Amino acid sequence: MHDGIILVELGAVIFGLAVLGRVAGRFGLSPIPLYLLAGLAFGKGGIAPLSTSESFVEVGAQIGVILLLLLLGLEYTASELVTNLRQQAPAGVMDIVLNAAPGVAIGLILGWSVPAVVAMGGVTYATSSGITAKLLTDLGRLGNRETPIVLSLLVLEDLTMAAYLPILAAVVAGAGLVSGAISLGIALLAVGAALVIALRFGRVINKLVFSGDNEVLLLGVFGLALLVAGFATELQISDAVGAFLVGIALSGKVAENARALLTPLRDLFAAVFFVFFGLSTDPTKIPAVLPAAIALAVVTVLTKVVVGWWAARRAGVGPRGRVRAGTIIVSRGEFNIVVAGLAGGAAVEPGLAPLAAAYVMLMAVIGPLIARLGDPLAKAAGRMVERREARTKAEAAVETN
Amino acid sequence: MSISGEDIEVEETKLPGIGLRHDFMTRRGRRVGVVSHRNGRRDLVLYDPDDPDACISTLVLSSDEADTLAEFLGARRITERLANLNEQVSSLHTDRLRVANGSRYDGLRLGDTHARTRTGSSIVAVVRKPEAFPSPDPDFVLHGGDVLIVVGTAEGIAGLAEILAE
Repeated sequence: MHDGIILVELGAVIFGLAVLGRVAGRFGLSPIPLYLLAGLAFGKGGIAPLSTSESFVEVGAQIGVILLLLLLGLEYTASELVTNLRQQAPAGVMDIVLNAAPGVAIGLILGWSVPAVVAMGGVTYATSSGITAKLLTDLGRLGNRETPIVLSLLVLEDLTMAAYLPILAAVVAGAGLVSGAISLGIALLAVGAALVIALRFGRVINKLVFSGDNEVLLLGVFGLALLVAGFATELQISDAVGAFLVGIALSGKVAENARALLTPLRDLFAAVFFVFFGLSTDPTKIPAVLPAAIALAVVTVLTKVVVGWWAARRAGVGPRGRVRAGTIIVSRGEFNIVVAGLAGGAAVEPGLAPLAAAYVMLMAVIGPLIARLGDPLAKAAGRMVERREARTKAEAAVETN
Repeated sequence: MSISGEDIEVEETKLPGIGLRHDFMTRRGRRVGVVSHRNGRRDLVLYDPDDPDACISTLVLSSDEADTLAEFLGARRITERLANLNEQVSSLHTDRLRVANGSRYDGLRLGDTHARTRTGSSIVAVVRKPEAFPSPDPDFVLHGGDVLIVVGTAEGIAGLAEILAE
């Protein structure tokens, strides 16, 4: 009988994650890199490979991705997405170009196939909104002038993800140009339709799933998300996008209650997802890709800082705020792994999963440290810029005299 | 955007995914704000005088704690306003005067009482069960049993009561 062993294995893994989460919390770090490490340890080539519960973990990981995207959608209202798109579009475009480029470049240098190159662009692109939001709270910066800009950038990234994931899914599936374009078209239509539905008929949908009873609401929203995710997969759009759209379409009281109810569930299954990604990654391949991961980390720290600086300056924030805005968006985390998982699961490129794992582990650790460094850095940089401005002003005064 | 109360310019900013932030500059030059989370949490934030973009201090309050703080901050102002209001109207009295059944004003028009010219007090409404007629004009015909709501000085109202009792 394997039943007992499955439970023992799952219990050991989940309890182990609790211990790791506690360790990470003590040092004020994100637990994501530790979850990945745990997955590497339990996987093939690791210290203690799991034998029986792997398929359960696989389904759990899939649910984890769906819940990650569902809660991301619940986080925003459709009108928030639309206003952000209007106001921050230039900064958003710069973010995509500067931060996807390093990933794409390394893929090309390593001579990877097109799907792996496209996936690597996604791995380096998105900031971890989970880590960043937590940092903003922990560092007491929610009231800061640059914070709305930072949050808007995160919103835009999430919106970009909704469009990017189906593209990636199509490319990975090895679809030709035509069928790829069709599935992309369907995905964009779906995103657009969800926005319109949420803006126009949000009330009807909310009424459909609304219940004062928490249990019914939880089952309603979770069930709807799984259903739509399943249909989205059948339509060759990714399940994650379907779940994201469900999240967007729900709003108000329903979204608020559902968020509270589903967050613990998401945390559980997202952790399972990170472990699964670690499980399916061969740790012996990591040393070979470590130099590339470190190079990527250095470059993408700088590109994020530039984007944050520029976006904050565009909004009229002072030099110190610009440094803070740049340094707080460095972390990469959940979605970079989602992207790599989507591509890695199809075994597109043997080097992709180890590189993504190494890169995200680095960035999830470095990100919060750099954000904390942001305050002293901001003071120093602020003083420098202010002095320079004063000097040019003085020089101008001398010249006019 | 500003939702100014009196002459205070309050700035409102959306924080996508979190909620709203309101802040304003005090007369002494300090910027203070409140971050309203969607789950009811309220952060009271105080900005850095050296760096207007940053807050130096954040006080996290649950919705109950925020209500309590608001009560303390608001209470004094409310009592002040009440005191002001009382001062303004201390010379003003209101009363309810009844038109007796069989009074000589039963069936006469309101203007016939010459209430304003003789006593200086105003009849602001007439209550005739089950209805009330606010701001009746001089052509309004009185009935026995009507109750007049009058505003005026203490003497004025007493005078009107005497007239009605004629």
